[in-house]
Amino acid sequence: MSYLAITELQKYYDSYHALRGINLSIKEGEFVVFVGPSGCGKSTLLRTIAGLESSSSGSINLDGRDITELASSKRDLAMVFQSYALYPHMTVAENLSFALRLAKVPDEEVKEKVRSVSASLQLDPLLERKPKELSGGQRQRVAIGRAIVRQPKVFLFDEPLSNLDAALRVQMRLELARLHKKLGTTMIYVTHDQVEAMTLADRVVILNAGSIEQVGTPLELYRQPNSRFVAEFIGTPKMNLLPTENMIRQENELVFQLGAGEIRFPTARISGPIPSSIVLGIRPEHMSLSEEKGELNGRIELIEHLGSEAYAHIQLSSNQTIIVKVSARSDIKDGQLVNINIDRDEMILFNESDRVISLLAEEVEDV
Amino acid sequence: MKRSITRLLMAPSVILLLVWMIVPLSMTIYFSTIRYNLLYPGQNNFVGLMNFEFFMTDPGFLPAIFNTLTLLLSVLIITVVLGVALSALIDKPFFGRSIVRVLLISPFFIMPTVNALIWKNMMMNPVYGVFAWISQTLGFEPIDWLSDFPLGSVIMMVSWQWLPFAILVFVTALQSQDTEQKEAAAMDGATSWDIFRYLTIPHLARPIAVVVMIETIFLLAIFAEIFVSTGGGPGYDSTNLAYLIYNQALLQYDVGVASAGGLFAVILANIVAFFLIRAVGKNLTV
Repeated sequence: MSYLAITELQKYYDSYHALRGINLSIKEGEFVVFVGPSGCGKSTLLRTIAGLESSSSGSINLDGRDITELASSKRDLAMVFQSYALYPHMTVAENLSFALRLAKVPDEEVKEKVRSVSASLQLDPLLERKPKELSGGQRQRVAIGRAIVRQPKVFLFDEPLSNLDAALRVQMRLELARLHKKLGTTMIYVTHDQVEAMTLADRVVILNAGSIEQVGTPLELYRQPNSRFVAEFIGTPKMNLLPTENMIRQENELVFQLGAGEIRFPTARISGPIPSSIVLGIRPEHMSLSEEKGELNGRIELIEHLGSEAYAHIQLSSNQTIIVKVSARSDIKDGQLVNINIDRDEMILFNESDRVISLLAEEVEDV
Repeated sequence: MKRSITRLLMAPSVILLLVWMIVPLSMTIYFSTIRYNLLYPGQNNFVGLMNFEFFMTDPGFLPAIFNTLTLLLSVLIITVVLGVALSALIDKPFFGRSIVRVLLISPFFIMPTVNALIWKNMMMNPVYGVFAWISQTLGFEPIDWLSDFPLGSVIMMVSWQWLPFAILVFVTALQSQDTEQKEAAAMDGATSWDIFRYLTIPHLARPIAVVVMIETIFLLAIFAEIFVSTGGGPGYDSTNLAYLIYNQALLQYDVGVASAGGLFAVILANIVAFFLIRAVGKNLTV
């Protein structure tokens, strides 16, 4: 049973088609993250749900009620803005209680609610301050508190962490995750940062050029992207994508030639017709370097040490560059020639229109 | 060493400004303490504070102060209230907004003399004025604005002249209002009126203070409109301090009393400024 249902939502700005038929269903209590590159329509979609933008066609249903044409003040949603949008001439306490006072909630109840929210967000010592006397992280907490105090049906977050510095961002990310666990309220979160998306979300919605590219749990998106776009977007460093110009079809194998190396792939695993050109996708952690012969070979261009691990940028003899995750302790050096083994089970193949080619499980070859 | 060079280089402009201010002020002070009537040249003996006594006991003195303050406060209230309302109305985009804006600003470009003539002859004339025509069309007796409501007429003209200034400042201020704050308020359940009341008005506090202060400076010295339209009359009904000083100096040729009046106007302006800045100035520190 879906709590928030978006059906065939379209949005035009004059001739610009910002949202192209969005269909999405969100369950109660879910933490959903909209992610995508800038200009993909994720903020527009959030603002349309909020009622700050009108939709051109389609409908939005919340908790069994059609809210498509409803004013945002009547939708029972709360939003945390990127700029926090605190009311500058009101104190923190007044900011927190603004919505309740507008709704003519009795004074005692307002005080009680503000007290409990400020206690849970550690805002007590700040209640009498004005927003400009607060630090970025404190403003962020006030903005979240202002949303919580109303107990809305859905929380909307519009890139709430992007104005914070890196350390604070990690901390607030954690606090948001805790908050969601505690409140159990449905949350929709917009970000362009795929790390935030992966760490916070129950489900991630990837948007591209105004349409939904893929919806799924973070791990689904990481392991089974259904298009080249998703594969490239999720994961740091990016998935290696190798366009293969020389593809030889043998009896029951496809042979992809990459410079001096070649990757063999059993045709039996490809369900349906075999496309004329294929892009190979393989994540850095699904390859390994070896002393002996490997499927591919190349020269180490540079090594990025991250402490717990390292990434080797390797130039193949076909002049393509791939990134391979290596142990932080490995003693390989720049300029060294290496052989690369590929875990073929983890390989993802994309056809000429950048969609994924569905693969069957590999049959046990050694029988 | 460096410091003295800086001072040396700044000296000419500082001295010029000082002279610019000191010379007229000291001459006014000097004139206010001597007998200086253009009808009796050469009899410029020292008279102490007699000129001040003459000025303050003039039958026009109390009405002039009352009129000056009434004019000031009425025009301030009208321009600020109407200015905020009109600026808020034209803040949202609509067809022809730029033309409406230019029209709203345009009275500011008209010089005060012309403004007064337009109102006197085209709008308020009891025989062929627009107001008279409206009254007659509706079946009422036309009103002779300038003789029946002289101060009211002047207030109307001056408000019309100064409303564009207020609008200009407020429209600019409204454009700097954060849209995300308004959206946040809308999400918080605020109606347009709530947003205006709780966000826009506080946001405009500082521009309102600026408009009040700047207008006060000019409104205390309104002269052209009165001179051209009512001539300060009937009686002293539309005479303000500036006009009374003119009256003393150039109608009664008594420069000494006029100088005393001028000094009195400076004191009045300081008193008004003190209270106004106390009243609205605290908004400047928000």
